[in-house]
Amino acid sequence: MKHTLTVLVENKPGVLTRIAGLFARRGYNIESLAVGRTENPAFSRMTIVVEGDDRVIEQVTKQLYKLIEVIKLTDITNDEYVGREMILIKVNADPAIRGEIMQIVEIFRARIVDIGRNSLIIEATGDEGKIDAIESALRPFGIKEVVRTGKIAMARGAKSRNGRETL
Amino acid sequence: MTSVALDKAEKMLHELNTELQTEELTGAEILLKALEAEGVKVIFGYPGGSVLPIYDALYKNKNITHILTRHEQGAVHAADGYARSTGRPGVCVATSGPGATNLVTGIANAYMDSIPLVAITGQVSLAALGRDSFQEADITGITTPITKYNYLVKDVRDLARVVHEAFHLATTGRPGPVLIDIPKDVTTMKTAFSYPPKLDLPGYRLKNVVNATQVGKAAQAMLEAKKPVIFVGGGVVTSGAAGEVRALVNKLGFPVTYSLMGKGVFPDDHQLCLGMAGMHGTVSANYALWEADLIVGLGVRFDDRVTGDLNTFAKNATVIHIDIDPAELSKNVYAHVPIAGDVKQVLKELLKVLKAKDTKPDISPWIEKIAGWKKEFPLRYEKSDKVIKPQYVIEQIYEVTKGDAYICTEVGQHQMWTAQYYPLTEPRRFISSGGLGTMGFGLPAAMGVQIAHPDKVVFNIAGDGSIQMNSQEFATIAQNKLPLIVAILNNHYLGMVRQWQELFFGERYSHTDMSGQPDFVKLADAYGLVGLRITRPEDVRPALEEAIASPKAYVLDFQVDCEENVFPMVPAGAPINNILGR
Repeated sequence: MKHTLTVLVENKPGVLTRIAGLFARRGYNIESLAVGRTENPAFSRMTIVVEGDDRVIEQVTKQLYKLIEVIKLTDITNDEYVGREMILIKVNADPAIRGEIMQIVEIFRARIVDIGRNSLIIEATGDEGKIDAIESALRPFGIKEVVRTGKIAMARGAKSRNGRETL
Repeated sequence: MTSVALDKAEKMLHELNTELQTEELTGAEILLKALEAEGVKVIFGYPGGSVLPIYDALYKNKNITHILTRHEQGAVHAADGYARSTGRPGVCVATSGPGATNLVTGIANAYMDSIPLVAITGQVSLAALGRDSFQEADITGITTPITKYNYLVKDVRDLARVVHEAFHLATTGRPGPVLIDIPKDVTTMKTAFSYPPKLDLPGYRLKNVVNATQVGKAAQAMLEAKKPVIFVGGGVVTSGAAGEVRALVNKLGFPVTYSLMGKGVFPDDHQLCLGMAGMHGTVSANYALWEADLIVGLGVRFDDRVTGDLNTFAKNATVIHIDIDPAELSKNVYAHVPIAGDVKQVLKELLKVLKAKDTKPDISPWIEKIAGWKKEFPLRYEKSDKVIKPQYVIEQIYEVTKGDAYICTEVGQHQMWTAQYYPLTEPRRFISSGGLGTMGFGLPAAMGVQIAHPDKVVFNIAGDGSIQMNSQEFATIAQNKLPLIVAILNNHYLGMVRQWQELFFGERYSHTDMSGQPDFVKLADAYGLVGLRITRPEDVRPALEEAIASPKAYVLDFQVDCEENVFPMVPAGAPINNILGR
């Protein structure tokens, strides 16, 4: 089963290496990892999607907690949360078929962010299902390139996941 | 005094302090001052280009003794041996590049056995970093998976804090090695020094609260047990909980077995002691673990050398697992009652709960059964008056030292025979590479032990293979006039590997014949140590007595039975009731 972990870490060089290295070394399967600084520049938050049964996830959690820079870790898989990914798709688009592509873009509430002579770049955000769907809807036109971010996620409601009162 | 006057006085004091603090020191001086402040008396190291400023500061320093080893690996193992025998952190120093990479095995060794160690490495100057400069190696990158934490100090103003944090991390919680990599110019830059600086470790929290519910559950399971076994490991040594383990046994009458790292925690001569468990453990220990309905794991990690086949290990047992590292709980063996915490602290709580209850479990049939196993399957070997049996040498070392010695080992058959045939009554006396199994560990580790305990008898029991892995350290022993005794059980083979080849590879002795080994007596002589070759059983004891009586270092080359095997033996990955050579 896929688990979504949100991990608050110190914003220091080498932290990403330590976390990636831990996953590689212990044989855990990382599905995606997204990282960026938080409201406090001294800290970063990572959203890690990891595949594994409960025992594996328990070990992942404990091993992550052992890292000195990891401050707070929450498995939000079973909580209410907003999860988003972003995709950039460069798709073949002769002027004759642009209208059709634009309709698809409209349906998915995506955006066209670049127009070339025979191609378009489309930007879309959403959960994994939506991103997969727009990608497959555009595939018949001929996708030239895809860039996807990992998932970022935030628990719904007022509670913060900072693990301390003031950050 | 009026408040105005008070304010004035405070201001003056502040200015005075500021003035004191503005006395600027170089990074190298700060490093040494910080080491002194951490209570460091001895460091082990090897100089080189990037650490020249540190060595220059050492030249003027009166408070720290530096032991020059002959290889950086010797320095890190010596620091490790120092730490294992004292419980205080060991410190080693090496230069950048090859100096730093030569520490890697020793750091991994300390990491596997949770030994507090601070390794200081020089690094190329800040401007040269990342340019593949001469003697540049990314040692923080290389050691990330084998250190508890590591630092690359890019600003001299961080140095004092980093050293303080390094010692804090190395010695608290589950101990381990911490590496500090310092670019050369950081050791020459100057800044104000004040100590101790504030720790900045927001993600490092030590658990001080024992979960009372879990302790209650553990006590209940213990009182209900019919076939219990206590299994102790290195965590009990670290925690200093040997006394609590004995109190627990006094209260409940449970039998005790130990991992290699737990040797000495529980006295080998106690009637409830089953000896070591696992691959070369006693039959009674392995049978007891196999049949147990309750296993109380204390400061152990249920290593594969103990559990054998995980699918069949402890299938009928409730497992209580107490360890300071929550990640160890249910990592290898599922813990029905996991308790994260310092073993000593948890056992104290547990003893309180048990004392409040009047009942004591009746386990006499189980104790009888175990006594039967002990009687039927004692450790044994075929004695001889013609050829020296390696086990006999260990027994004689015990007889001659009366158990009052520090016994270091290398890795291999001699290590297992030492674990089997040298009984101990206290922890920190058996110094051996457990998790990593590092040949070449024993000799430099013994140097560290001897330096920490100058008046004690220190042995390094070695094989003829292992001793050649760090024999350059004979020079360090000579230079520092360390009176340690090296007992080589010389069978002219890589004995343990040869044993596996005999048992599992059709006696195809591929590259385990050590022909071409040096004459160890002459080698000792070349370094100015005393070498003796012993070829007859009756000469074993006099040689040992001579070595112990002498203030000189001895290298004793015991020519032992070449094809003696270590038994009992559970083949790797087999269920632990599958025992060869009972």
